[in-house]
Amino acid sequence: MEHKDYSAINKSVRKKDAMQLLLGKPVYTNDVRPKDALIVKILRSPHANAIVESINTKGAKLIPGVVDIYTWEDVPTTRFAIAGQTYPEPSPYDRLILDRHVRFAGDAVAIIAAETEAAAIKAMKIIKVEYKVLDAVLDFRTAKDNPVLVHPEEDWFPPCEVGGDPKRNMVASACDSHGDVDSVLDECEVVLDRTYHTKAFNQAMMEPFTCYSSMDRYGRLHVISSTQIVFHTRRILSRALGIPKSKIRVEKPRIGGGFGAKQTAVCDVYPAFVTMKTGRPASITYTREESQIAGSPRHEMEVRIRLGATKEGKIRALDLYTLSNTGAYGEHGPTTVGLSGHKSIPMYTGGLEAFRFAYDVVYTNHQAAGAYRGYGATQGIFALESIVSELAEQLGIDATVIRDMNMVKEGMVMPAYYNEVASACALDRCMEHCRQMFGWEEKYPVRDMGNGKVRTAGVAMAMQGSCISNVDVGSATVKLSEDGTYNLIIGAADMGTGCDTILAQMVAECMDCSVDDVAVFGADTDVSPYDSGSYASSTTYITGKAVEKACTDLKKRICSIASDMLNCTEEEVVFEKGCVRHIETGESVSLTDIAYKTQVFNTKPAEATATHTSPVSPPPYMVGMVEIELDKLTGKVDIIDYMAVVDCGIPINPALARIQTEGGIVQGIGHTLMENVTYDKSGKPIESSFMQYKVPTRLDMGKLKVEFEHSYEPTGPFGAKSIGEIVINTPAPAIAHAVYRATGVWHRELPITPEKVAMSMVEE
Amino acid sequence: MEIKLKLNGKVVTGHVQPDTVLLDFLREKGCLSVKCGCDTSNCGLCTVLMDAKPILSCSTLAVRADGHEIYTLEGLQEEASEFVGFIADQGADQCGFCNPGFVMNTIALLRENPEPTDDEIRAFLSGNLCRCSGYDGQLRGIRAFLDSRKN
Repeated sequence: MEHKDYSAINKSVRKKDAMQLLLGKPVYTNDVRPKDALIVKILRSPHANAIVESINTKGAKLIPGVVDIYTWEDVPTTRFAIAGQTYPEPSPYDRLILDRHVRFAGDAVAIIAAETEAAAIKAMKIIKVEYKVLDAVLDFRTAKDNPVLVHPEEDWFPPCEVGGDPKRNMVASACDSHGDVDSVLDECEVVLDRTYHTKAFNQAMMEPFTCYSSMDRYGRLHVISSTQIVFHTRRILSRALGIPKSKIRVEKPRIGGGFGAKQTAVCDVYPAFVTMKTGRPASITYTREESQIAGSPRHEMEVRIRLGATKEGKIRALDLYTLSNTGAYGEHGPTTVGLSGHKSIPMYTGGLEAFRFAYDVVYTNHQAAGAYRGYGATQGIFALESIVSELAEQLGIDATVIRDMNMVKEGMVMPAYYNEVASACALDRCMEHCRQMFGWEEKYPVRDMGNGKVRTAGVAMAMQGSCISNVDVGSATVKLSEDGTYNLIIGAADMGTGCDTILAQMVAECMDCSVDDVAVFGADTDVSPYDSGSYASSTTYITGKAVEKACTDLKKRICSIASDMLNCTEEEVVFEKGCVRHIETGESVSLTDIAYKTQVFNTKPAEATATHTSPVSPPPYMVGMVEIELDKLTGKVDIIDYMAVVDCGIPINPALARIQTEGGIVQGIGHTLMENVTYDKSGKPIESSFMQYKVPTRLDMGKLKVEFEHSYEPTGPFGAKSIGEIVINTPAPAIAHAVYRATGVWHRELPITPEKVAMSMVEE
Repeated sequence: MEIKLKLNGKVVTGHVQPDTVLLDFLREKGCLSVKCGCDTSNCGLCTVLMDAKPILSCSTLAVRADGHEIYTLEGLQEEASEFVGFIADQGADQCGFCNPGFVMNTIALLRENPEPTDDEIRAFLSGNLCRCSGYDGQLRGIRAFLDSRKN
């Protein structure tokens, strides 16, 4: 491991926007929209599967303040996808802005543009729609080859071949394997066969989906959106609206949380369409209900695992099949599912002789799923970590010890991870560190508290990636200003994660200046160098490396300009803090002088842009341990302590890495214990508000403790890997394990509500 | 109907509908720190002070504020500045969308109980949701502020 004395790296610097945010400054989409923007509202289908037979907007259009109402007859007929993915997207082009065929309860039927919200809502109530209601596919286990087709249309188009077939309700299907899994399983002394089920959890970021658009001073469409993906959004709008990309500019202000929700252009197309039609600024802000029922939640998955092991606990074979529910549209369907196997199985590379990972992704008449922190890995890791704990308990082996025996170690080749080498892996140290910090030996025995409550503990490991290998592209521009300070311009999106700050820390480290001397701007398709966007845990690892490269280039340029000023060659000068110095003479020119020189009779720019991509996606690793207190009478589970140790390489900003981890753990606790997703008869989610969809409060998460084990990733900037997503993966399997220890019952479906726990003990 | 209230120390009048909620009225008056997160009184993002008590402006009719005194974060910048730096030092501001409601309720807490225990902090702020931070960073920040006041 490489240890260096850094001036700005591995330092807990305040976020650059912290005081603006903490003092409530108007920096979000809805704060900066023009006051005269039209209010856009969407009339939504009450039916899960229906054809709009007729739609009468005449009366609604007469309401004072209503500017126009658009239906399926008014929109372009080119299908598109709203997933924020690199072209050609794996997600099928299966959407229209408004479709006559509505495919989930909440699907868009009409776009209303009005001067006021009151007028828009009034119009919504008196638009008359006649539907031909069709049978719906509401159980994803029955979707494949169901006679009811979610996408019967002939113009369904897959930009990538991913095994989809709309005539079978299939979005994607594939199988990957290594070794002969069936024969190894046949030889195994112990074979477990279990099925796990996770639901379509909502990101529930505090700022709902929101966007506004206007025509700019050149007559171009200018979209300001709370988005993680400015460049993908421009491409999506271009196709959906049928206008060239040169006529579109997409910009993000501050974002009130994303967690992947805003890696899909959920609402952008509606105000953009209205602006194109009316020429006027138009804005949309989803209600919390719309965000819950017509957003982009996690893919519901059912994961069946067959695990083969020796009776000493050596895991020899894993056979994993995932069925994923993409809902009514295919956004992120073909890709999320892949992580359920490819980012779970490699954790057990240790003694694994064979694996098979197969999957099907199906359409149903539920709201479309999307990207959510963890992106399929969360679902797969719940299943795999649960079955490994089941194995440990069945064999009477300590669940941490069975993991010691089987886990991936640094230097191993991971056949289930595209044969990548675990070049930086401190998972073994994370386990030992967490065991000591948590006090595993004392906490995991079941302790009767004498009041109907028991205490015990559970454990889980996790991994993720640090980008999409061979795909993601990050870029950065660094410019020198006349006072020796810098501008950093990026296309990645800080959605609260702090990437603006950590990328500035990298500039400060490279250019030997203070973080305060680096101004950051992002992201704007007119201004920023191309970046895939902030998702797939990639910003630190990919865009960070682009920043490092841009700084190297800029230093060379600055030295070249300075050598002209010093009448010498570039080789004779050295870049130092605030100046460039002639090595022999000691004569130096300040960055201020150099910058001013570039503004007079000059051909050498004092700026550099660099782009980076990666053929590998080094996994971060993590161990989480939970102590619970379970009330045997009511089934209520209280978290006492949640402790975790993370290997994210070298943390660029330890405070922010810690907060990412704590936040991810609490989201994971929410999915595990309280956030439920159920549907009424029409297929509409019942948990459509925060009244029903209970995200954890600060009374629900016990005490957290997070520490780090450093590894040094040679391909990452300053040894860094990723942190953003992995942190959500351990709570579900760790808590399920603890609940088993407390009750003797394995809960293989999330969430594990008090009702389920209590009833399971009655059934026992 | 016309309402008249004291907003951040200044007398303000406005024309409102019977169903106008205070949240919309305040944003209309330029108090853009007041955020809407849920519409159902569950998230605490819209917290403002009415007659020095924290209330949810999304579920308070604007007419209820008639004749009363309202403070939003715009009017309490100095008081907030005393402690929010400690939250920033933890990195717990994160996306920031919940920050104004959280800061307003923390101001209310510290006025009422200048030396709260950790459990009292958790209980008082339990109605302020945050999806990013996992809450502990906010708690550490408040604790660091309280400790700094003692020294």
